[in-house]
Amino acid sequence: MDSKRRDVLKAGGGASVLALAVAAGLLKPGEALAQEWNKSAFDAKTFADTVKALGGGGSTESKDIQITAPEIAENGAVVPISVETKLPKTRSIAIMIEKNPNALSANFDIPDGTDPFVTTRIKMAQTSNVYALVKADGKYFHAVKEIKVTIGGCGG
Amino acid sequence: MADPMRIRANMVGDKVEVKVLIAHEMETGLRKDANGNTIPAHFIRNVTVTHSGKTVLSAQWGTSVSRNPFVHFRFKGGKPGEKVTITWIDNGGDKRTDEANIAA
Repeated sequence: MDSKRRDVLKAGGGASVLALAVAAGLLKPGEALAQEWNKSAFDAKTFADTVKALGGGGSTESKDIQITAPEIAENGAVVPISVETKLPKTRSIAIMIEKNPNALSANFDIPDGTDPFVTTRIKMAQTSNVYALVKADGKYFHAVKEIKVTIGGCGG
Repeated sequence: MADPMRIRANMVGDKVEVKVLIAHEMETGLRKDANGNTIPAHFIRNVTVTHSGKTVLSAQWGTSVSRNPFVHFRFKGGKPGEKVTITWIDNGGDKRTDEANIAA
């Protein structure tokens, strides 16, 4: 009970701060709650289109990006994927699944002081190439790894 | 309101290692229920992690992040006892913020 009340209070406080920001003209109303979300990148179907939607002209394959993931994922609903890079000035790491309905799964912004490393778990519809796209020093680089899926994660 | 996140933040050398488990259904919008009706998409779009007023990780997610998402990363500059704050917002506008103390 108590924790719920606290949440309501918190949510209320957050909303008023946002309202102030809108009033001050810092944020456009539509953006206030949505934050930044690159719809065109998440709607893109292919690796190349996603790179374009993220603002890159193209991407170079790099040996300095390592994808750690199982060769065979028994359950496509939960595939652990880890991406680490040695590229200097890494700004973002994106994970894409070539044969999913939409390629882009997640895009992480890496500020200064944060290791160019991230692990998460994603859904895979079927056996597919998995791309890690890294933006470093203003350029895009990628690595690719095939993950075999026994049971797809988007069925039903 | 969604369930709380489970957050672990530990010092590993001079870095803070953060592991987060978020409770969220991450519905893709592609599945159908027993009657053949499409289940609407419901998924987290933005995740932000802050430490002493500075963003240490921010992410945009699509529908293909797994249900009950997990994130693991490391950052420099944290000390034991300080707080790590995590906020997510989903496509329906629901949001939740939780924080954890950094353990030694």
